[in-house]
Amino acid sequence: MTTDLLATAGLTCPAPATTPDRVQLGHGSGGKMSAALLRDRFLPHFANDILAQLGDAAVVDIGGQAVAISTDTFVIQPLEFPGGNIGSLAVHGTVNDLAMMGARPRWLSAGFVLEEGLPFDVLDRIVRAMADAARAAGVLLVTGDTKVVERGKADGVFINTTGVGVRSADFAPAPTRARPGDAVIVSGPLGCHGIAIMTAREGLAFEAEIASDTAALTPLVERLRERVGDAVHTLRDPTRGGLASALNEIAAAAGIGVALEEGAIPIPGPVAAACEMLGFDPLYVANEGVLVAFVPEPLADAAVEALREHPLGRAAARIGRAVAAHPGMVILETAIGGTRVVDMLPGDQLPRIC
Amino acid sequence: MKYLSEYRDGRVARAVIAEIKATATRPWVLMEVCGGQTHTIVKQGLDELLGDVVEMVHGPGCPVCVTPLEQIDKALALAARPDIIFTSFGDMLRVPGSDCDLLQIRARGGAVRIVYSPLDALELARKTPDKQVVFFAVGFETTAPANAMAVWRAKELGVENFSVLVSHVTVPPAMTALLDAPDNRIQGFLAAGHVCTIMGWTEYEPIAAKYRVPIIVTGFEPLDILEGMLLAVRQLEEGRHEVENQYVRSVRRDGNQPAQDLVSRVFELVDRNWRGIGPIPRSGLGLRAEFAAFDAEKRFAVDGIHTAEPTACRAGDVLRGVLKPFDCAAFGTICTPEHPLGAPMVSSEGACAAYYNYGRFRSAV
Repeated sequence: MTTDLLATAGLTCPAPATTPDRVQLGHGSGGKMSAALLRDRFLPHFANDILAQLGDAAVVDIGGQAVAISTDTFVIQPLEFPGGNIGSLAVHGTVNDLAMMGARPRWLSAGFVLEEGLPFDVLDRIVRAMADAARAAGVLLVTGDTKVVERGKADGVFINTTGVGVRSADFAPAPTRARPGDAVIVSGPLGCHGIAIMTAREGLAFEAEIASDTAALTPLVERLRERVGDAVHTLRDPTRGGLASALNEIAAAAGIGVALEEGAIPIPGPVAAACEMLGFDPLYVANEGVLVAFVPEPLADAAVEALREHPLGRAAARIGRAVAAHPGMVILETAIGGTRVVDMLPGDQLPRIC
Repeated sequence: MKYLSEYRDGRVARAVIAEIKATATRPWVLMEVCGGQTHTIVKQGLDELLGDVVEMVHGPGCPVCVTPLEQIDKALALAARPDIIFTSFGDMLRVPGSDCDLLQIRARGGAVRIVYSPLDALELARKTPDKQVVFFAVGFETTAPANAMAVWRAKELGVENFSVLVSHVTVPPAMTALLDAPDNRIQGFLAAGHVCTIMGWTEYEPIAAKYRVPIIVTGFEPLDILEGMLLAVRQLEEGRHEVENQYVRSVRRDGNQPAQDLVSRVFELVDRNWRGIGPIPRSGLGLRAEFAAFDAEKRFAVDGIHTAEPTACRAGDVLRGVLKPFDCAAFGTICTPEHPLGAPMVSSEGACAAYYNYGRFRSAV
């Protein structure tokens, strides 16, 4: 029966499966296409044990000291947006990747690809924001590089930053350490960065301006380290691909299931409204100043309290728990009382027709 | 959020569900027409909460899903031309044509842009006079007025580098086509609230009378849909078959008259192929002769592209309610949102994609 169906339905359905023969924007979405790009095009050539961990940052051993290294490239349009600019974002993104591995960020490198014609006042604002962000996060920018390309060959400026941090053995959160029985905690409201960028880029006007949440998460991580210590099993900043992608990656890495409660997830009204208009799901929208933590249930209240003491963590909330059932899968209990799967998206979210 | 959370109140929802269960003396089969409603039902898990009392068959009202392969192939041909900027609503970009989709055309160098309104596409045409701007005018009666407006304005302003690739469809002919099918199981409809906001519900009255089916004009929030179900079940239990309006905050009997006038001045009824269903006579909208100059098919001579709609696809069975997405052998194996084989897997509002994205857990337990 099954084979018959495949023979008739599969081969004659309206569209044949299409395999892309080149890079598409969806490959940069943080969803399934990004994962496939990494798996099929990069990892086979660079295979090694450290890379294979695929954490937010690599952790290497240098003479007995655990050192975390992470790199990230920023290609955002518009360059400046409510809440920050590409400069502050380039610092926060890399610093946060280090912090999510439990490392204290120490040094940064920065590479700039500048497009011919970029106004100096824009560049100055970007560099100033970078310096401010680095100071606030306690990292030193210790080496850098600039290149200039012809007009039209880059989108104003592209920035790459690489960060180095040190990690002590008594605080080593990792995606693989999440356990059934852990509480899932987010440190703040979701979806602000992605919607801020989207509205700035497309010139969409909603009732209230939404500012990016871009920020260094190091103060939040320090509080968790002091109060909960190494019982913090997992930390992750749900950037590209949003909370949904981050939780799916953790569920897969740790072999656990995640059960979320829709009503407990903090989504600001303006973000929810913008998502309704565009047909987006806020769970897939990028954040740049939020962390998600897996902490054993008995310590969950202490963790939430610790986060709430800092302005960045004021809206911290428990949103669900890690479970032994449905390993690798994230399930959401809806406000109405139904359940649904929260899967990874194939590519970018696309605005709906109606 | 104001005006939204009220319609997602879990307590009220449980009360309505209890009332549906108390009202029904036997299981009933209802169809929600619109993909937006399908999305809500599966995303919120309403079908699961209703158990066996009401079986929902997911209707053809997802414009992305039912746009015929032939029109997608024309879009791909247009978007690949160096002199054209091809503009579209976002979710059409991933719809596979015969050999690729618009996202892949863009990766190969085609100018493909997402717009949020056809008037934005018209504006783009005015700003880039050295390029031809084509807008992909798809959708049901809901999007037809804005698309008609763009064409109307283009003519008024004399914007010669703007045109539209039209693939509009209308709801009532699809409903009658489904009711006429010999294996039809549908006993009542939740009609699409936004379509009725434009069109009103007078054209549904003869359908309800002829086929003796209740038709409830229904909104898109969970409580709208549950209330629509309750009204339909009440009618069925009482042996009534009327058109009833659940979506009173948006829909009037005669709809939006100025919008209807604009649509009928720019468009006329034409035969249209539906992906997954096949040809339905007088089920689509095409440009009237006075606006033929804005028809991208004629301007760029892609009207000769003919792609046969394969008949063996089981999407039609899903739409008629004789096959559940889970029961299709291709579902989730060789047919996924990344590689959709059939129409209902294409858009997030298609029945198969909604089941795939939100419902796999339920199929496993």
